[in-house]
Amino acid sequence: MSDPVNSTLDTLEQELSAAINGAADEAALEQVRISALGKKGQVSELLKSLGGMSPEERKVQGPAINGLRDRVQTLLATRKDALKSAALEARLATERVDVTLPMRETPAETGRVHPIAQVTEELVAIFADMGFSVAEGPDIEDDFHNFTALNFPPGHPAREMHDTFFLPPDETGGRKVLRTHTSPVQVRTMLSKKPPIRVICPGRTYRCDSDQTHTPMFHQVEGLVIDKGAHLGHLKWILEEFCKAFFEVEGVKMRFRPSFFPFTEPSMEVDIQCDRSRPGEIRFGEGNDWLEILGCGMVHPNVLRNCGLDPDEYQGFAWGMGIDRIAMLKYGMSDLRAFFEADVRWLSHYGFRPLDFPTLAGGLSA
Amino acid sequence: MKFSYSWLKEHLEPNASFEEIVERLSLIGLEVEGVEDKAKALSAFVVGEILTASKHPNADKLQVCSVSIGAGEPIQVVCGAPNARAGLKTVFAAPGTVIPTNGMQLKIGKIRDVESRGMLCSARELGLSEEHDGIMELPVDAPAGAPFAEVIGLDDPVVEIAVTPNRADCLGVSGVARDLAAAGLGELMNPRIKPVEGAFPSPVSVRLDFGDTPSLCPAFALRVIRGVKNGPSPQWMQDKLRAIGLRPINALVDITNFMTFDRNRPLHVFDAKKVTGELVVRRAKAGETLLALDGKTYTLDDTMCVIADDKGVESLAGVMGGEESGCDDATVDVVVESALWEPINIAQTGRKLGLNSDARFRFERGIDPAFTLPGLDLATHLILDICGGEPSEVVLAGAIPDTTRTIAFPLSEVKRLTGLDASEQEIRDVLTALGFGLSGAAPVLEVVPPSWRGDIEGKADLVEEVVRILGLERVPATELPRGEDARKPILTPLQRRSRKARRGLAARGLVEAVTWSFVSHKEAELFGGGAPAIALSNPIAAELSDMRPSLLPGLIRAAQANADRGFADTALFEVGQTFAGDKPTDQSQCASGIRRGTAKPFGAGRHWSGTAGAVDVFDAKADALAALAACNAPVANLQVTADAPSWYHPGRSGSLRLGSNAMAHFGEIHPAVLEALDVKGPVVGFEIVLDKIPEPKAKPTKVKPQIDLSAFQPVTRDFAFLVERTVSAADILKVAQGVDKKLITSVGVFDLYEGKGIDEAKKSVAVEVTLQPRERTLTDKEIEDVAAKIVAEVTKKTGATLRA
Repeated sequence: MSDPVNSTLDTLEQELSAAINGAADEAALEQVRISALGKKGQVSELLKSLGGMSPEERKVQGPAINGLRDRVQTLLATRKDALKSAALEARLATERVDVTLPMRETPAETGRVHPIAQVTEELVAIFADMGFSVAEGPDIEDDFHNFTALNFPPGHPAREMHDTFFLPPDETGGRKVLRTHTSPVQVRTMLSKKPPIRVICPGRTYRCDSDQTHTPMFHQVEGLVIDKGAHLGHLKWILEEFCKAFFEVEGVKMRFRPSFFPFTEPSMEVDIQCDRSRPGEIRFGEGNDWLEILGCGMVHPNVLRNCGLDPDEYQGFAWGMGIDRIAMLKYGMSDLRAFFEADVRWLSHYGFRPLDFPTLAGGLSA
Repeated sequence: MKFSYSWLKEHLEPNASFEEIVERLSLIGLEVEGVEDKAKALSAFVVGEILTASKHPNADKLQVCSVSIGAGEPIQVVCGAPNARAGLKTVFAAPGTVIPTNGMQLKIGKIRDVESRGMLCSARELGLSEEHDGIMELPVDAPAGAPFAEVIGLDDPVVEIAVTPNRADCLGVSGVARDLAAAGLGELMNPRIKPVEGAFPSPVSVRLDFGDTPSLCPAFALRVIRGVKNGPSPQWMQDKLRAIGLRPINALVDITNFMTFDRNRPLHVFDAKKVTGELVVRRAKAGETLLALDGKTYTLDDTMCVIADDKGVESLAGVMGGEESGCDDATVDVVVESALWEPINIAQTGRKLGLNSDARFRFERGIDPAFTLPGLDLATHLILDICGGEPSEVVLAGAIPDTTRTIAFPLSEVKRLTGLDASEQEIRDVLTALGFGLSGAAPVLEVVPPSWRGDIEGKADLVEEVVRILGLERVPATELPRGEDARKPILTPLQRRSRKARRGLAARGLVEAVTWSFVSHKEAELFGGGAPAIALSNPIAAELSDMRPSLLPGLIRAAQANADRGFADTALFEVGQTFAGDKPTDQSQCASGIRRGTAKPFGAGRHWSGTAGAVDVFDAKADALAALAACNAPVANLQVTADAPSWYHPGRSGSLRLGSNAMAHFGEIHPAVLEALDVKGPVVGFEIVLDKIPEPKAKPTKVKPQIDLSAFQPVTRDFAFLVERTVSAADILKVAQGVDKKLITSVGVFDLYEGKGIDEAKKSVAVEVTLQPRERTLTDKEIEDVAAKIVAEVTKKTGATLRA
């Protein structure tokens, strides 16, 4: 014969189990919990009834009822977890977006630094490492700094080759000019600073000339070393080091050709080895072709004297090159005029990202 | 300067190949700009001998020729030239050859049913002359099959060199030869010029007359040669002149041209019969005119030097002769002039008149004064040889200047200036070969430069002569030690700021432009410039006439140009100089930028995530502040004032300043300015004067103050104030912050409202105040006390009311 009490517990357990598993959501499940384990819940009432039982009866019924409570609690917890994750799944299923939608570019990606500024920073990085500092001077110069101090005698044909922009005569009758080269900064440096001097002078320069390869404004960088023993051999070494660093090649052959500048003696032009056999491309450090990149020489004794230095005590060298030109050679722009047209297509293409700082440690054009 | 190889070989007996000579020319300072070699271009054309020529069966004017080119079977060629005949040596081109004048490639073809396997060529087809009456007739002894260019002496490459302004001596072939000989490439041939005995006194006399003004003519020599027969110059001379691109005219003129290029000795010849009275070398009288040999009439002034006779100006000294007294085939008595002129005066005259000539080019660079008389004698010999005649005695006015000078030359100078170890013997050999006179003994030589080297002034020039001839490749590259200085910053504060402003602006999406330093006068005036002192006297174009007072006009112009190309939304900036006057201190370093259209910092135009609106004053303000912050300017302490220069919108612009130091302006560009520039807006912009940013106190390494990290949560309270629209938000924030500077760590505006629902003259400014307790959590009472104080202060100081 079956035990009527135990049979009642079994029936209740089956009912509760069915109700728990049948709860459609957490709210329904809570109702089931209350009906079973709430203050007046069926299981709670059974637990309360234990108090009125005889010790023998309680010994039998106690474990059975407590067992029922524990199993119901476990069933409730399991069902709750299942319902929660099902609800989350359902919510997530509605929360899909198209992650392939294009983003706006960040400003740091659209902004650009002009190639002239970038290349100037490259130059500064290279020469700073060799102990040079950066000197500057005004764009509007007087005749003394731009010509006379640099040993351009008045009326000399070399002056005429400079296609100078003039400003109107001032009260003294003198005419200021737009500096035709960065060399006046040499003069200003020597007049204001005692040797040893090691400077580079990047900046804007002007000549009234305009065609395919000339613009009325362009950029030069001048280098100047004045000391007691600085000679042509040192100049050669510096320029070789510069070319290797700037063009980022292991080695580059250079050819020094005698030339003429009023402010240097001896004067030279420098060609570097290149390969122009591929159309539209120049490679440096290889090939059998030569390309002129700069002018240089030992500072002329007259220039030293004009700057208050005794040419038998001090000596040194200077060089000058076009920043725009070496930028074109290194980065492959074909038209100088485009540098100054501010065409955003050109600037975005040839310009540099704001965070691409040229450093020797990280690589100049890395 | 051009010369042909054969011309060079009349002064130099080479011991090296042509290619070696060309390479060396550049390395000793005579830069080769080009080598033109006709023989190479015509190498496919060979000597052909017509063995037989018979009438074409189907055409009256054609002949069928059998042509031998030495080896192999004779070749059948159909030819229309009337002079094609058996026995003729002519020029043959095989199928496949390209005819240089028309680019046509020859093919085997049939002409009226007769096969023709090549072509016989006229001089015109080969680009050698206009002659096209028939095929070329070569000398009978020309070997069939040989390259014809060699046979007729076209294998004479022409070299063009760039001669630097200091090397006038190399504007003559003889000078080039001297340099090459010194460099060891051959033997200089320098035959002595035999002096010419004058047979009679010159019937033409000359006098220098500069009154009490400085002389423009140190020396003027002439002689008359009578009884000459002018006409075409000999073939050898014509060939030389043609090779370098000169047109032969007549013997007398060709001789002067030859002397110019052979010896760098420009001469002038004129017809003695056309001289009236005495020749006078003098300054031109203002307004005098000369019909020059180039067919143009020049009006002269008293800065110019002329040669005149009783009738008037005969020629423009050292620049160009006059048409009237020129030599032609009828000339019987010729005056030959060899003179010296003031180089600077020649340059000025030529420049003023816009007149270039080979003579001017040489005289302004300075020619060999000692060669004045020998040059006259050499020209006389040529005239006598070619034109006959009888020479007079020489008349010399003025005196040949003695340019002899001695330079003390320590041999150690070579090593001191170049680092090159050259032996005394090497140094002596180079200088001697170049014509320098040497005396004295080591360690200091006495050096006398030759008369043709007016450019040699001192020791450094001699060093250059030595190293360029010995070879600059011998100078060893020598490491220059960096020195003992520690690595230290090498940029000035201004340079550092320029860099940081640049990167800071680019990081905000602006694109860096480099625009001209000059703008139009109108643009200059619109942006506060236009001073006459900084307007160029010789601008390259009217719209590039004035030095820019601001970077904005160039950028605005560039933005419009981009818009015209279809790129309407541009954000551009520039870091560069502006000019207020012509003194160095009038130049400022600025960083400026503009935004046009919808070029907002986070993207322009339409986008699914939100479409960008029009740029506004706050974009410009944010750009300016970002750049200032990048430059380490004290941004937190800057006052923002609603004043800006006239080119900004008066109600939508401002300045960023520390007291009276306005270091930046920003705002919408004034609509009237845009209209005047023909630019469509909206355009906003800013200008920062980088020089005006105060320099922080210099300290090699900056220790940062200890950070105070509170353990207690900050509390925020919001207030909405209703104030007059004229009250600035900055004032409200300042007052609120001032209530308790320690406790209140930040005050921000989170909402701004004007319009419906509130008084028309007012605006609502909603402020969030953050309180940061430091010792303990604040009680509600404490918070309420601060809040009440804030309301009271703001109400009192700004006239605000708390919005309900």
